[in-house]
Amino acid sequence: MLEIRCPYCGKRSQNEFSYGGDGNIKRPTLGEEINTKDWDDFVYFRDNPRGKHTELWHHTSGCRQWFKASRDTATHEIFATCKMNEDFNE
Amino acid sequence: MQKYSIFSLVKNALSNHKDWEVAWKDPEPKKEYDVVIVGGGGHGLATAYYLAKEHGITNVAILEKGWIGGGNVGRNTTILRSNYMFDSNSHFYEFGMKQWETLSQELNYNVMYSPRGIINLAHSDAQMNAYARRGNSMRLNGIDAVLLGRDELKKMIPFADFSDTCRFPIHGGLMQPRGGTARHDAVAWGYARQADSMGVDIIQNCEVTGFDVTDGKVSGVQTSRGSIKTKKVGLCVAGSTTLLADMLNMRLPIEAHVLQACVSEPVKPLLDHVVTFGAGHFYCSQSDKGEMVMGGDLDGYNSYAQRGNMPMIQHVLTGGLAVFPNFSRLKMLRTWGGIMDMSMDGSPIIDKTHIDGVYLNCGWCYGGFKATPCSGWVFAHTIAKNEVHELNADFNLERFHSGKIIDEKGVGPKPWIG
Repeated sequence: MLEIRCPYCGKRSQNEFSYGGDGNIKRPTLGEEINTKDWDDFVYFRDNPRGKHTELWHHTSGCRQWFKASRDTATHEIFATCKMNEDFNE
Repeated sequence: MQKYSIFSLVKNALSNHKDWEVAWKDPEPKKEYDVVIVGGGGHGLATAYYLAKEHGITNVAILEKGWIGGGNVGRNTTILRSNYMFDSNSHFYEFGMKQWETLSQELNYNVMYSPRGIINLAHSDAQMNAYARRGNSMRLNGIDAVLLGRDELKKMIPFADFSDTCRFPIHGGLMQPRGGTARHDAVAWGYARQADSMGVDIIQNCEVTGFDVTDGKVSGVQTSRGSIKTKKVGLCVAGSTTLLADMLNMRLPIEAHVLQACVSEPVKPLLDHVVTFGAGHFYCSQSDKGEMVMGGDLDGYNSYAQRGNMPMIQHVLTGGLAVFPNFSRLKMLRTWGGIMDMSMDGSPIIDKTHIDGVYLNCGWCYGGFKATPCSGWVFAHTIAKNEVHELNADFNLERFHSGKIIDEKGVGPKPWIG
């Protein structure tokens, strides 16, 4: 069982959260001309490291806020979590 | 190579089984090979076997960082099927089903292929319609499919919850009678033994640490046991694909996720088929030892740990108990996890790459085991001829740019949701 610290609610059990995937993906800016390759990269291509991974989580059964987590994909250790508009304080 | 038969069994019994030949050797890596296969799992071993058998390429090394068959080929729930709707998948997996039917004879190794039938349960009229459609498209592709009604199912799995008051009543199901199971370890060992006998070097405890690439061409691999020259490298490393791709500066539409499975204590024969719950993700079959072999969803977050967490086991078994309430009395014997190479459309990638001589076999998601023979067969063809076979032509890397994705489940590029 993972224990995840929601930046708004504190430490809760994994059961309350949903995963949101790679947290480093930047959606192409709206309204700007974008070539199809960049768009494909945004949709299909992700960071997939063994080790420290920046990712998104959603406190689905809690405050329903999205936030960022820095987690180790090999040990499942969670180093830090922060609000979407913040950086990790590690 | 010593042929396995009733006569060799009797002969060796008389000498107290002390004179069996080793099934495969433990060679030191040579300086150079025609082809190097990275990954000694089912797909890597099968690829080496078909390279030797179909294409006469025997100067081949399989590099395995652990021991052969220690990854997903030893961690799956052993299910074989070809009940797909899309043509690319149907043709590919049906080719594989035909290989399974004669694999024990071909390898002279009992892989215990058991065509016990796989049944997908339906729990609504809409789901029955969808299954009828899938069954029809399977039959149009020459694959066996039978739509079962509730009464027929009552005879086949009488202990399932057929009450009218349950949350997901069983309306019927779709069955592929030739689907079933096989002994997963035997598949790895059978391929290893035959490949070894034809001259393939199976090199265990040998981790690939780098690639020698000059002018877009591969010339060798660096390993924990020294450097090896080769002009062709095939990657069959499932969950570790990204780690190798990173060394080649390849960004792939792959995420690593942990998928768990579990077995119960052994009980007397009860379940004669492979059964999947249609209102959640749960599938089950009974092993020859009597254990209920059960599996379900990914844990749902990127992971390279070959172990998962209890919430998903609980979630999967909740679905299981909804369809088989009598399983609640079973004790759990063990649970384990394997690392899935989840592709962004749920279908595999078997293709050449932007580097000359580097070939890619990955993206197997939940379904790599059943594909072992056909994956090895087409990958061997792709490596030997330096061109894809028509069976794997659609499983290319380019599809993530051309738009011809093969999203059988229709979940989109979020593997943890599927």
